Formats: sequence, structure tokens, C-alpha cells
Amino acid sequence: MKTVLLIDFGSTYTKLTAVDVDNETLLGTAAAYTTVQTDINDGLKAGLAALNKKTGHSTYDECYTCSSAAGGLRMVTSGLVPELTGEAARLASLGAGAKVVGVYAFQLTEDDLQDIQDSNPDIFLLVGGTDGGNTECILHNARMLASIKPTFPVVIAGNRTAARQCQRILEGCDVYVCPNVMPKFGVLKIEETQKQIREIFLNRIIQAKGLSKATELLSDIMMPTPSAVLQAMELLAQGCDGEPGIGELVAVDVGGATTDVYSVADGMPEHMNTVYKGLPEPYAKRTVEGDIGMRYSIQGIVDAAGIDRVSRLSGLTCQRAEELIADLKEHTDKVPNGDPELEALDFALASLAIEEAVTRHAGTIEETYTMMGQTFVQEGKNLTKVQQIVVTGGSLIHTARTEQIAAFAQYSPKKPASLRPKQADVWVDRTYILAAMGLLSQHYPKTALRIMKKELEFYGNSEQADSRRRVSETASGSAEPVAHG
Amino acid sequence: MIVENKKKVLVIGVIGADVHAVGNKILYHAFTEAGFEVVNLGVMVSQEEYIAAAIESAADAIVVSSLYGQGELDCRGMRQKCDEAGLKGIPLVVGGNIVIGKQKFEEVEKRFKDMGFDRAFPPGTAPETTIEALRELLHMDGEQV
Ligand code: B12
Repeated sequence: MKTVLLIDFGSTYTKLTAVDVDNETLLGTAAAYTTVQTDINDGLKAGLAALNKKTGHSTYDECYTCSSAAGGLRMVTSGLVPELTGEAARLASLGAGAKVVGVYAFQLTEDDLQDIQDSNPDIFLLVGGTDGGNTECILHNARMLASIKPTFPVVIAGNRTAARQCQRILEGCDVYVCPNVMPKFGVLKIEETQKQIREIFLNRIIQAKGLSKATELLSDIMMPTPSAVLQAMELLAQGCDGEPGIGELVAVDVGGATTDVYSVADGMPEHMNTVYKGLPEPYAKRTVEGDIGMRYSIQGIVDAAGIDRVSRLSGLTCQRAEELIADLKEHTDKVPNGDPELEALDFALASLAIEEAVTRHAGTIEETYTMMGQTFVQEGKNLTKVQQIVVTGGSLIHTARTEQIAAFAQYSPKKPASLRPKQADVWVDRTYILAAMGLLSQHYPKTALRIMKKELEFYGNSEQADSRRRVSETASGSAEPVAHG
Repeated sequence: MIVENKKKVLVIGVIGADVHAVGNKILYHAFTEAGFEVVNLGVMVSQEEYIAAAIESAADAIVVSSLYGQGELDCRGMRQKCDEAGLKGIPLVVGGNIVIGKQKFEEVEKRFKDMGFDRAFPPGTAPETTIEALRELLHMDGEQV
């Protein structure tokens, strides 16, 4: 029997997963509080002890790790036009598993430079201009960056005509040149840049953050955690040699501070009468909503949905909901633990977090009437035909109402312009194995896929989820929309 | 040393809510054939889209098509937006069936020139004529493209 240990160094928890590769089974999972400030080894040791107790093993044949500790991979990007190369840079960074802490377009100003220095990113992504197109902006931005003598690495992935000149301008800094993220108008080419970002992350950042000490004993860190999750989702959707995937999917991870949404789907217009506008989006797309989270970003949910809806969905009065929310903001580690009021509130918050985050991730469709009748304009990805939704996150896995919450990821006639899945099955990652399976997939894709199919809890067709959601909402006296008309 | 002879870049598309796609495709091929680098935005293109594409691709000219008769409305303010976006002086040309019905073309042309377009073309202008006019406008006379 060959055993593999998979470790995810998170910002608050170190999560461990052990698998038996030969028998394609999960041996066990464990988590321990991470203490990056002091010594990451403490958390790791505690986690390992707990895991070993469950698995009955004390050593493992192989070990792979990913990390989002110490703030994860923090990036700042600059492009030319916000909707074009600006957006291409942002999508490339998010897909590489980064936390994007600054997005700039057009020419950088002195004030921008000050902000960039203050945010002190792990990597700066400098793009702008299609190949043979505008060079002025990226050259200006390279000169501006050079003037602050950046201590962070700079990845240049803009107009190829200007790339080498940018490199010379930034001589003496840690500079990498990649192919243009938008070589032609409307063509997104981000894979090479993402690979480079990941490499820098491994070589430089892990060491700078003192994570190498912990991992020396075990193995090198392979990638940022979100990147591992994205790879797991691609594998789950597409399958691999000898094992079919489950098809196009949307995945949502509702965390305490952020909500991550992944889609592995083509998303192009379905009908001839629909015109696509804007930058085509990546097949495997990740977005992060930094203002949507169950504890640190609880206010963002309320701001987006309104306290009335929180109240309606939870069955609590507005005043009571506000009191509890104020308390949760203070005590971010509080969990419902059987308290019916908190359970009801978390149910409402998680539902609204999913609704908001997936709405922002999905594309939109707009109807325009021309003299010949209807025409449609689509922007972003059309996910209406996606039939699988994967959900995870504490508030979803520690409740019996997961299906009902997940139903909020779906299309709603109240927001017909939002192209969310119309009818989907729900899969729940109760054991928190997605990142681990992304890691495992690097060497054992078939095993990783089979374990995911076995371990993710399947909730069948959401038609049922819908009716359950309907019941729950009428029971709490709500007038919420129902997914299917 | 091989000097890279940079092709002139044209941004083309059909403006507004106009879905007439055939002429646009013909122009794309004709312009490409004639040695231009063409960024084709297709149909239903907003002023902002032309401008964004022209900035990124450092375009030499924007070629607007309008077939369904609402060209005048759709083109209004485009020159000002170009100025605002830093595309000062970029050649703007328009053609197709840019206004409704039969109107004296000199008057139509004058109205479009007043709006800041460099050239406006009457219905039925052939691709060859269009290319000739663009070469003249971009000072490409005699240049091998
Ligand atoms: C096919 C067609 C349609 C199809 C389009 C299908 C499609 N997706 O392409 C459909 C049925 C959808 C349609 C709808 C409409 N149409 Co229609 N349509 C036509 C038709 C018959 C042919 C167009 C065509 O493809 N021509 C062939 C191509 C090669 O020529 P072209 O488009 O003119 O382009 C050439 C030149 O104009 C020039 N050119 C184009 N752009 C530029 C730019 C510059 C700078 C230059 C120099 C030259 C240039 O070069 C091109 C290549 O040679 C014309 C009539 C006609 N015979 O032209 C009417 C016509 C264009 N339509 C017309 C109208 C009114 C409409 C509708 C508003 C109403 C209706 N009754 O249906 C709707 C509008 C829909 C919308 N939102 O856009 C009118 C426009 C009247 C006007 N401008 O005064 C026309 C002229 C018919 C008419 N005589 O009334 N239409």
C-alpha cells in the first residue's frame, strides 16, 4: 500500500489529508490551528499527530503541499484599457491563485506608486498593448516602477514589441518576461504567465515567508492553495485518461473573509441571435469576492443583499439580525454550535453570499430590441447549461441545509439577466479535500478524481433542492424568488 | 538587418444596434488582403469598444460601418470621446448606408465632417475605392504594403 500525505498551509488552519493511492481511498483528514507568527511547525505537528491517530500510520511514502499562509500570494497588476489588458492581467493573476490587492489601468501616477509601495505585493504583473500595438503606456509604467526600485519581482507580459525595453528599464530588479496576455484584440493567452507566477511563488515567496523551514522536513510547496483547488475542479469536470469527469461545473468556497468562485465551462453564447461582447473569459475561471465572507467580511454580505433579506431568510427580526451580526464581527471565530438563532442567521448569510458571489462571477445577458425584433448581447460566461455545482466552506459543510444554500447559486427569474446554472446537481465537499486532490492530481490524476467522486456528497438534482428551498422560505415567511418558474 | 515593416492597423466594426454582418466580413477580408492589420469588432459595436480596441492596438484609423439608417445618431460624440481617450487626431471614416432614405450626399457628408469624421462615404462604395481612400488618408501613396 502506497500512502500520500497532502498538506494545505492555510492562514488560520493547517489541513492534512492522507490517501491510500493503490486502493484509491481517503485514509483520513485533520486540521490544526496555524501559527505562522511563531512557528508553523507547531501547527503541523499537532495536525500530524491528530491525523496519525485516525489513519494508524506514522509515516507516508510521499508528501505534497500547497499554501495560502501569510496572506497567500499577493499581486498588483497594471494594464492599459481597464476592460481589455487590465482585465486580462486580473484574470491571469486570479487564475494563478493570487489575491489581487491592486489593479491599475493606463499610466501609473506618483500616487499609485505610493500605494503600490504600501501594499508591497509579492509579484507585480506589468501588461498593456496588443502585440505591435500601444507601447507608450507599458514603457511609461516600467519607468515609473523602476523609479521606486521594486524589491518585489516584476512579470512583464505585455506588447512584445516593448517587452525587452521594459526589461532593460527595470534592470537590476527581479524581472521575468512572458508572452503577451492579450497578443491580439480579444484573445486571452495567460497560461505561460500563470506558470511563471507559480514558479516565482515557489522559489522566492515561500522562502521569504519562512514557510520553507516547516516543509524542509516534508517536501517542497507546489502551488498556492487556490491554484490547487482550480486544478482539482478542472480534473473533476474534464476527467482524465481512464476516468470520465462530471462535466462542466461551478464551484463555490464560502470562507470567513472571502468567497471564491470557480467555473470550468465554455460559457459562449448558446444561440445565433446572441452577440458576445467584451473579453472572452478563460475556460477555467476563478474569481474572489474580497468583501463577501461569513465573518471578517460579514458586512459586505449585508451591504450587497440588504438587511431585509437577511431578516426574511433567517426568520429573525432586522434588529436581532443586526445585533448578532455586530457580535460576529467582533468574535470572528464564533460558530453556531447548535444555537438556533445563529444557525438561522448563518443559513441566510451563506445563501446570500453564494448568490452574490456567483452572480458577480457569471456573465449577463441583455435584451435589445431592434427593428427586426429581439437581439441579445452577452457579456461574460453563460453558465445556464452547467449542471454541476460543488460547494464547500465551514458554513456549508456544518449544516444540514447545504442543498438549500447551494440553490442560491442558481438562476433566478428575479434576476433573469444573470446567466447562472438553471438546473444543477449539488456536490458537497464536507471533508475539505479539494485542495488536497488538486495536489494529488499532479502525480495521480485518476486516483484524485476517483476519490473526489467517492468523497464528495452528491445531492442529486437541484429540482428537489429547489422545492426544499421553496419550503424553507415559505416556512420562514419569506417572499424570496424560486429558482425555476 | 531585417527592418520590420509595421503594417497599418485598422479597427473596424458595425456601429450601434446594427446587425448587418455581410459587408463587415467582406471589408475585413478586403483590408487584410490589401496588407492592413485589421482588428474586427464585428457587429453591434459601441463607440467605447472602437476606442478601447484602438488604444490597445495603437490603431492608425477607425473604420465605422452603419447600414441600418441610424448612423448619424450612433456616431454623435465619437470624435470627442476619442479626444478624451488620448486618440487625438486619429482618422475616423464612416460608410455603408449611413442615413435613412435618399438624401443629398454632400449634405450628409458635411454633417458627418462637422461631427469630426475625416471622411464619409455614400452607399455602394466598393472595397477598392475604400482602400484607395484609406491609403491616401494614411499617406501610404507609393508605399508597398
Ligand atoms: C441582408 C439585409 C438584412 C439582414 C441582415 C442579416 C445579417 N445579419 O447580415 C436582416 C434581415 C437582419 C436585416 C435587418 C434590417 N434591415 Co436590412 N438589409 C439587408 C440587405 C438586403 C442586404 C445587406 C447586405 O448584406 N449587403 C451586402 C453587403 C456586401 O453590402 P453592405 O452591407 O452594404 O456593405 C458594403 C458597402 O456598404 C460598403 N461599406 C460598408 N461599411 C463601410 C464603411 C466604409 C467607411 C466604406 C467606405 C464602405 C462601407 O462596403 C461593404 C462591402 O462591399 C440590405 C439592402 C441592400 N441590398 O444593401 C438591407 C438594408 C441595409 N436593411 C435596411 C433596414 C431598414 C433594415 C432594418 C432596420 C429593418 C427591416 N426592415 O428589417 C433591420 C435592421 C436590423 C438591425 N438591427 O440591424 C435598409 C437600410 C435603409 C437605410 N439605411 O436607409 C436596407 C438598405 C434595405 C432598404 N433598402 O431599405 N437586413
